[in-house]
Amino acid sequence: MARKLLLEHINVPGINTLDVYRQKGGYRAVEKALKTLTPDEVVEEVKKSGLRGRGGAGFPTGMKWSFLAKPEGVARYLVCNADESEPGTFKDRYLMTHIPHALIEGMIVSSFALGANTSYIYVRGEMMPQIRILERAIAEAKNAGFLGKNILGSGYDLELYVQPGGGAYICGEETALLESLEGKRGNPRIKPPFPAIAGLYGCPTVVNNVESIAAVVPIINDGGDEYAKIGIGRSTGTKLISASGNLVRPGVYEIDLGLPVEEFIYSDEYCGGIANGKRLKATVAGGSSVPILPANLTLKLANGEPRLMSYESLSEGGFATGTMLGSGGFIAFDEDQCIVRNTWNFSRFYHHESCGQCSPCREGTGWMEKVLHRLEYGHGKMSDIDLLVDVSKKIEGNTICPLGDAAAWPVASAIRHFRDEFEWHVKEPVKSLNTNYGLANYAEPIAKAVTTEN
Amino acid sequence: MSDKVKVTIDGITVEVAPGTSILNAARQIGGDIVPPAMCYYSKLEGSGGKCRTCIVKVSKGSEKDPRPMPKLVASCRTTVMDGMEVMNITSPEVIEARSGVVEMLLINHPLDCPVCDQAGECDLQNLSYEHGLQKTRYEFERRTFDRIDIGDKIQLHMNRCILCYRCVFTADQITNKRVHGILNRGDHSEISTYIQTAVDNDFSGNVIDVCPVGALTDKSFRFKNRVWFTKPIDAHRDCPTCSGKVTLWYKGEDVIRVTARKDIYGEVEEFICNTCRFDKKKTADWVIEQPTQISDTSVISSNHYETLKPLPVIQPNPKLQEANKIELEKTTKF
Repeated sequence: MARKLLLEHINVPGINTLDVYRQKGGYRAVEKALKTLTPDEVVEEVKKSGLRGRGGAGFPTGMKWSFLAKPEGVARYLVCNADESEPGTFKDRYLMTHIPHALIEGMIVSSFALGANTSYIYVRGEMMPQIRILERAIAEAKNAGFLGKNILGSGYDLELYVQPGGGAYICGEETALLESLEGKRGNPRIKPPFPAIAGLYGCPTVVNNVESIAAVVPIINDGGDEYAKIGIGRSTGTKLISASGNLVRPGVYEIDLGLPVEEFIYSDEYCGGIANGKRLKATVAGGSSVPILPANLTLKLANGEPRLMSYESLSEGGFATGTMLGSGGFIAFDEDQCIVRNTWNFSRFYHHESCGQCSPCREGTGWMEKVLHRLEYGHGKMSDIDLLVDVSKKIEGNTICPLGDAAAWPVASAIRHFRDEFEWHVKEPVKSLNTNYGLANYAEPIAKAVTTEN
Repeated sequence: MSDKVKVTIDGITVEVAPGTSILNAARQIGGDIVPPAMCYYSKLEGSGGKCRTCIVKVSKGSEKDPRPMPKLVASCRTTVMDGMEVMNITSPEVIEARSGVVEMLLINHPLDCPVCDQAGECDLQNLSYEHGLQKTRYEFERRTFDRIDIGDKIQLHMNRCILCYRCVFTADQITNKRVHGILNRGDHSEISTYIQTAVDNDFSGNVIDVCPVGALTDKSFRFKNRVWFTKPIDAHRDCPTCSGKVTLWYKGEDVIRVTARKDIYGEVEEFICNTCRFDKKKTADWVIEQPTQISDTSVISSNHYETLKPLPVIQPNPKLQEANKIELEKTTKF
């Protein structure tokens, strides 16, 4: 049984209140950091821990913090990105609902490390209950002297604010989030300058995911070296995985990075296998933006070794045979799911959420959605499949922010791995409306699937 | 150490001031290697980076860090570094990506050039002649909007808009009260003035000049004439609010349109006020300077000024004949 760092006390009744949270050892990290460590030492611990951003990109958090510009007399900000809206990802909402003080404790320690005296938690607009929970928790923490002026007599001041967003996916992109936080239209900014130099109100800013900030708490409590012992290679620590789809027990799981994917799906400790005794057809391993993989490539690498839940192992093989850990939104599809329909659904999401600032994404996402809609509803042509590949290539890498890439990858990868199924939709337009292509060869040993080229 | 940085674009090296963008460095070289720009406007702060037509490949980051940049970059918003090497028209990757962008820009753009007032001086038209496909691959209905009157002088035809944000920046920066912005998101976002509030401002007419396509048009000129049948003449007047330097567009004896003067990249030299633009349409209001220089690749120049035959006064004068030797040779050649 793996050790839980974030969700250890999740089932304790009343853990969402300050009293119970403190009984279970909460706010030890604040006391330790503010009383015994300097800000630089906190950054050093986080660097040693090897913690990587949990929001999707996987950039080392400690390194991000050390890039923060520190000009004299200019305020610095820490912004927590709680605009979790990636289809398939719901870990941050879970964390904020059930154990809000973990996030607040992490915010205090991280703000102290960065020298920020004002910090924000930008919460997605749809998460109104979580906003109220966080505000209540902040009020409790303030009453207990963990927030406000001169925290625990250390001379350090911190004000923490919760800001509801408008419910736009694009505001989860850090510069769009900052624009939105400033009260403007949430369009991503053109980088450089990066937020570490000129972020919120033109001041140096760090934007971190909820889970990354919460993970700072066990790092400070136990030390960065202890944290780094968990996990595998450069993927250290534990990760929250939001498992959904056709699983026996979907939900949020805390895993040690490096757990084999097969064990995660089939062991009773985690998802317990595929629901209703069906077989696995495909998975999206890290939220809708990452490439989709057929069952055989999900469980095994192209060379036959087992695939692990870690940043490196999931991306092993690049785009040809790999995917990404992303934000940990693990979606499993059983043999009765239609990949074309799913791709269309993702595409519809990106079309709806594109901000419309730069042309390839604004026009291309809508185009892909329309072509996929046509394929799904039996009006497609063979040439549509290549058209989709071509359009996705023209979006990818040519946009201001990563939303363009995120829209292009699911489509490109679905066609790369499931081309047969797309072709079947064209050849059997009537049949495809009522029946599914089924499992086909997607769970067969790998050599066959790898030859499907793009 | 000099305070200039060296940058090489398509094999041509130029020295520019630090902080210059790749696009502006290319403009200092001039010619074919200048990337096209649909949204960047040198007079508007913060513009650029959106249309992605100016993307280039940076094959060497700088002298200190020679690694190439991983993605194609928007040249209008990327500053040059010392020793940077940029590939524009020499990189097939750039050409392909650019034609992709042009295709994207055109999929929702109505091909109504034959009835569009901008035809002939439209940046998108020029761009698609150069990079576009002969035939569209887009087989769906295009998005449509109703036409909106912004005040009594300007009409917004949102169908044609490519969302370059230039008019939004103009409203923000050269007028003191912003009543102009973007509503909605994605491919259904639109320029709006919030329930069609009239843009009531001395400089509001400039949004017509900055628009790269025919989305914002001058209502006093709509359907009056094709630009290539009109003759542009530089003129000025003593204007209390603006510089008064304009281009008059003549049809016969009448001034049928007044615009600001534009440079070779289609950017206005100086913004002009609405009085000059809309109210002064008599020759008597203006001091005429000279015919406007129009690039000979432009359709506007196709009809006038090009008289191959030397003027009759040259014929009897041997001195003038000698001076116009080249012109005379051309006559015989044709």
